[in-house]
This record gives sequence, C-alpha cells and structure tokens, in this order.
Amino acid sequence: MTPSRTAFAAILGKDLRAELRTLQSLPAMALFAVTTFVIFRFALDRTSLSGSLAAGVLWATLLFAAVLGINRLFVAEREEGGFDAIRLAPIDRSVLFAAKATALLVYLLALELVTVPVFAFFFLDSAAGLLPLLAVLILADLGLAATGTLISSMAVNSRARDLLVPLVLLPLVVPLMIAASGATEPILSLGGPAYDRFGTWLMVLGLYDLIFGLVGWAVFDFLLED
Amino acid sequence: MYGKGLRPLSIATVAMLALSLSLVFFYAPLDADQGFIQKIFYLHVPLAIVALVGFIIGGVFAIAHLRTNNRKWDAYSYVAIHISVIFGVAVLITGAIWAKASWGHWWVWDEPTLVSFLIVFLMYATYYPFRYAIEDPERQARYASVFAITAGAFVPLNFMAVRMAQSLVHPRTFGTANGGLPGEMMLVFLCSLAAIALLWTTLVKFELTAKSASGQVKRLRRALDAPAPGASSRIAPEVS
Repeated sequence: MTPSRTAFAAILGKDLRAELRTLQSLPAMALFAVTTFVIFRFALDRTSLSGSLAAGVLWATLLFAAVLGINRLFVAEREEGGFDAIRLAPIDRSVLFAAKATALLVYLLALELVTVPVFAFFFLDSAAGLLPLLAVLILADLGLAATGTLISSMAVNSRARDLLVPLVLLPLVVPLMIAASGATEPILSLGGPAYDRFGTWLMVLGLYDLIFGLVGWAVFDFLLED
Repeated sequence: MYGKGLRPLSIATVAMLALSLSLVFFYAPLDADQGFIQKIFYLHVPLAIVALVGFIIGGVFAIAHLRTNNRKWDAYSYVAIHISVIFGVAVLITGAIWAKASWGHWWVWDEPTLVSFLIVFLMYATYYPFRYAIEDPERQARYASVFAITAGAFVPLNFMAVRMAQSLVHPRTFGTANGGLPGEMMLVFLCSLAAIALLWTTLVKFELTAKSASGQVKRLRRALDAPAPGASSRIAPEVS
C-alpha cells in the first residue's frame, strides 16, 4: 500500500501540473468573474459599493465562478479513465477526496488572488477591508472545496453532468454564503472595516468546513465503488 | 410482508387525527392575540417538525444502506424523504396562510424558521433530479444515500446560520422546550404532533407496501414471460 502522503502529493501534483499546462479552468473562471462585476455595475447602476451590497456582489460572483471550476474538476478523471486507475491503485480512496479538495482550494485561492483586487479596484473606496477579508475567503473556500469536490464527483458520473453541480451545490452552500456575506458586510462598510459579529461568523464558517470536510471524507469511499 | 400491521396502524392514525382535530376546535383555548387563526399552529408546526425529523430519518436509513449494502434501506430512505417533501409543501402553504393572517404578508423574510425551512425544502427538492440523472440502479442507490447523509448534516447547520442572520429577535410563538405555551395548548399540540407523526409513519408504510407489491407483480410477470404494462418509475427504488 502506497503511503497516503505520497499518493496525496502525486494526485495533487498531477492536477496542478495539468491545470498549469492546459489552463482549461482558471482563466475561464477569472474572466467570468470580471465580466460579472461589469454586469453588476450596470444591473445595480452603482459605481461604488459598500456594506451588504459589496458583500453580495462579491460572494454571488465568486460562487458562480467557483461552480465553473467545480464542474470541470473530475472531467479528466472520467474522460481519460482516471477513476479506474485510482480504483486499481493500492491507495486509500479518501486520499483522492483530500487531493481533489486541495486542488480545488488552490484554484479558488488563485481565482480570488486575481478577482478580489479587480473587485476592489472597480468598486471599493478603500482597500482597508481586504486584509480581514482574507480570513473570510480562506474559510469559505475550505467549505466550498469540500462540498464542491463531493458533488462534482457524483455529478461527473451522471447523465446530467454540468446541470447537477449548480442544482445540488447551490442549496447546500446557502449557510456558507449566509456566514460569508455576514462576515464580509461589516468589514467592507463605508467608514472603514468594523468587526460587528465578525468572530461569530468566522466560527460558523469553520463549523461548516469541519462538518462537510468530515462528511466528505467519510462517504467518498462509497462513490468510487463498482 | 410490508403490509403487515397496516390496517391497525391506519385505524390508529385516523382515530388520532380525529381526536386531535376535535381537541383543536373544541378544547384548545382561543389565542388572546391572534384569535381563531392561531389554530393553524396545531397543523403547521407538527407538520414542520415531522418533515424535518423525516429528513433526518432518511439520512439515518442512508447510513444503514451504506453500512450494510442492503438495497432495502435505500428504499426506506427514499420513501422517508419522499413523504417528508410532500409534508414540506404543506408546511410552506400553511406557513404562508398563517403569515398572511397574522402579519399581513404571504411571505416574511425575517421569520428565520420559515426561511430555513424553505432552504431545506429546496435542498431536498433536488433529490429527485439527482436520482433521475444516475442510470445504473446500484450506483443510483449509493449516490442517493450519500446525498441523504450530506443533506441530513445540512439541516441543523442551516437552521443555525439562518437564525443567526436575523438582526432583530423575533417574538416566538413556540420557544425553547415548552416555554410560553399554556398547559391546555401544550396538550393539544402534543396530540396533534402524535397524530401527524402517525400519519407520516402510515404513509411511509403504505408506499413501501405498494412498492413491494408492484415489485412482486413485476417479478411474477417476468417469470411468466409476460410484458410489463407501461414503463415503471426510473427514480423510485424497487423493494423486494
């Protein structure tokens, strides 16, 4: 049996290398997000955003951009027979979940590295809120990575593939989005960042990450059988 | 074999429903504040509690399915979720009627319990297209169980998040445990809760019996080499 750490590094390395060479998900996600900001500028008819509006625009855009990446997460495994290879390999199957979730986490962080500064440049009056925003982004990305990997692995083996991810994932991440926008709203408010209930929301995000990380880890085995 | 005990259970359900409804209309005191319309509380709240518990039970059956790999548990999980979704429609409708009567609007966004219930309902509404999208019946059963477990963990978390998102504390008709409810109302409420829980159990048992009977008929037809009349449902699991 290959040690889990080696298997994890191999799968994660394979994913990141493939993405770097083909660039099939990340540029599309970033481009989608930036265009969505432009659409929000005209749909809301605002040139600057703050508070709950800023939080709403940011999280709605990031979520839908993430769905694009989540849709494509297991496409290579399916089309090139990666699932069979994983099943044949002498490794713990949960390692695939951990490696894929980590790859998705890296994609999401890379996406935000590009789009959040663009968002600040377009809409925000000051960049003071961006530092505390980092904590919210990381915690929300962890939750998205766990649920996204779980749903994506099921959707890719179904008939309705890219329909199933938005359908099932969106209601599932509603609590995550409530907590993320709740934490983002005060730190992007007009008079500089405030920390009204910030810690409580971070705790909710952490709890969500923990629960769905454990659920994903526990049930992923059953998705690879047959 | 699923039909065993169905008749006494049905009779008990009808009797309990009749008892609880007569208690609601002739025994329970009128609410000082809301008057007659408050009586919908005895229907709305038990339906909601039973539906939510039914979702959790569906998750527990799903765990049993994954652990034992016995397809029977997938059918149990499917039927539990199915009946709870139907109860969920009733919860949303009675909730809207109650909101219109007591707050003047069909839908009230700052009532956390109603909003949480809507989100949970939307989550479970995707259970059907999800099952439908997976063709292989064995894989469908496994994936559906994973869905039921994930969604079961989602229910309490969602209630917590929505409750916290409310900036003002809303007055609650039914607080923690038995707070704020006078004894007579509490008695009637518990009767209604028992009646609705019995109704849920009876409906689940009926659907399982029907599925098992149609499965048996199909197998007998196959044994006789006779063609099955019409196509059977693709998403509902078969029961042996």
